[in-house]
Amino acid sequence: MATSAHTIDPGDLPRAMLEVATSLNDYVIVLPIVICLMGGAFLLLVRGWRGLQLGLTLTFLVAIAALEVQLFVRVLYDGPVAMTMGNWLPPFGITFAVDVLGAGFALAATIATIVVVVYYSTDTMLREVRYGFYSLIMLLLAGVTGAFLTGDLFNLYVWFEVMLIASFGLMIIGGRKIQLDGAVKYGFLNFLATTFFLIGLGYLYGLIGTLNMADIARVAGQTDSAAMIAVAGLFLLAFGMKAAAFPVNAWLPASYHTPDSAISALFGGLLTKVGAYALLRTMILLMPAARDVLDPVITVVAVFTLLLGPMGAMAQTNLRRAIGFLVIGGIGSVMAGIAISGPYGVPGGGLYALHSMLTMTAFYLVAGLVEQISGTDDIRKMGGIYRASSVLSILFLVLVFAAAGLPPFLGFWPKLLLLQGALSTDDWLLAAAILVNSLFTSIAGARIWAHVFWRNGREGEPATASNPDLKPVSEAISRPAILASVVLVALILYMGLRPNILFESARIAASDLLDPARYTQAVNLEVPER
Amino acid sequence: MRTVIFRTIAPSLAAIMLVFSVFVLLRGHNEPGGGFIGGLIAASAIAIYGIAAGVTEVRSAIRVPPLNIAGFGVVIAGFSGLLSLGEHVPYLSGLWAFIPFGNSEVAISTPMVFDIGVYLVVLGTVSAVALALEETEEDHHD
Repeated sequence: MATSAHTIDPGDLPRAMLEVATSLNDYVIVLPIVICLMGGAFLLLVRGWRGLQLGLTLTFLVAIAALEVQLFVRVLYDGPVAMTMGNWLPPFGITFAVDVLGAGFALAATIATIVVVVYYSTDTMLREVRYGFYSLIMLLLAGVTGAFLTGDLFNLYVWFEVMLIASFGLMIIGGRKIQLDGAVKYGFLNFLATTFFLIGLGYLYGLIGTLNMADIARVAGQTDSAAMIAVAGLFLLAFGMKAAAFPVNAWLPASYHTPDSAISALFGGLLTKVGAYALLRTMILLMPAARDVLDPVITVVAVFTLLLGPMGAMAQTNLRRAIGFLVIGGIGSVMAGIAISGPYGVPGGGLYALHSMLTMTAFYLVAGLVEQISGTDDIRKMGGIYRASSVLSILFLVLVFAAAGLPPFLGFWPKLLLLQGALSTDDWLLAAAILVNSLFTSIAGARIWAHVFWRNGREGEPATASNPDLKPVSEAISRPAILASVVLVALILYMGLRPNILFESARIAASDLLDPARYTQAVNLEVPER
Repeated sequence: MRTVIFRTIAPSLAAIMLVFSVFVLLRGHNEPGGGFIGGLIAASAIAIYGIAAGVTEVRSAIRVPPLNIAGFGVVIAGFSGLLSLGEHVPYLSGLWAFIPFGNSEVAISTPMVFDIGVYLVVLGTVSAVALALEETEEDHHD
């Protein structure tokens, strides 16, 4: 290095270390991730004691949820908070910066994980517990939470990798041929997406010399805009792939139905939403100028994703594959939010992603119960479940309505915001697509519901014939699983009935995304201008 | 692979590599080395011993399942960051203590504890993979 030849006067250098004491309260920013990682490792250590696994996992998860509630309330009232690792000052150290969007998503992810773990505990084969199922769940949550809480783009990449590794492990637990097949498709395309992300990161660092999100938001406008558009395009492709947006969505329906239904639920609820979150973060907060240029592309992607998702679901005969297509349709709504942007689009997209996290998790869980009762994954052979379990039929119908965005469920409010945004910007194409998506989703969902619950028996048999394949799942086994699904659906209903706090949080989250001032200030960027 | 020469050499080779891996780990902070490369050297030692003496013998020699070593490493690394909590500095801050030792002094620091964690993670993970691969090989050829 050339600088080593000169003598360096320490006084000339910008400050690199933090000199104020860190409040213990700030540890709430990193503790959720630390507990995830250390808890997962600890579960691995005690994997021999099978009885301990579930209890320990739930203890860790509840502790994480409690911390995240505290974090959420704090950022809601006091604005974004940040902590930079290792006592370094922000552009040098790795920053964790939490705003309402990140904290809300992290909390929703933890709640979904708790429900899935409770659900899973009822039908776990002991073999799978020994192979570190709960450790992998914790690792997956660490990746997801880390992605939501980090304030550094390269660190986001690292959390994507953590998430990928954990999801590989979860996807192939059980080792059936179809799982390996799904994992290869899932793995290859996700690695490709990660590579695009990494290439984009390289360009971005070359352009502006920083990967700290707040720092990027500060200097992105001053650099070569054409080059920034290229970077934003790469990020759009990479995160679009992660989120399973239209042209790059093939991996999701090919893989999400292959593992155990509880694991599908976790994937369907969390993984694509991390891609959606990353899109919101990069497009809205970091590179708004590039987003404006890419707007037509994002609009086209959103419209096609909105329409293609439910249309794919209509054509499916495999229950969980059909739900996979509904997940894709939901991603279309988030993309629509990014395309609309502004004070309606951003909260709409963010709220929709939050809704999708809870709804899709519940959807897969209920689908898993249906598959358990009918002993098949083919909706043509499932008829008559209404008689076997009326609770399931109600849960399923509620989820169809919630996914379609019908009131009074949670999905209605973000759709309303998106529609309002699309109409206020005279974007008739998007407005129409959002409405048609709701219609198609209800059609697809109603078709599945009619097949599975309404009809007496299997397809092609007389209407009076009942389905001989249905086996009543013994109460003892299914009760916690049904209870877990009911709790999640009740949450969706409750949040749909009391949307004020959601609207308020979404408004704050969106204003911090649209105007990075508070976010940058929280990261404490007072470094002298270069 | 199990020639007499290799089987005779392998235990001493593995022992030297293990000691060397600790040396590489500890010089890591200011000089080339560190937990990752140290862990790789240690895992290679385990792998070589496994090729020479058989996986069963290695497993009984290291007593602890490799994955437990890895899990313990993550716990240690996470713990080294939590030490910052007491000092009112952000997570993973480097804290140093210099303990006088004769005419010299020994530097104990949280980066070193973290590095030991990394060492254990790499050692555990890589040797778990290596042993699993060698195990299937044994099943097929013996």
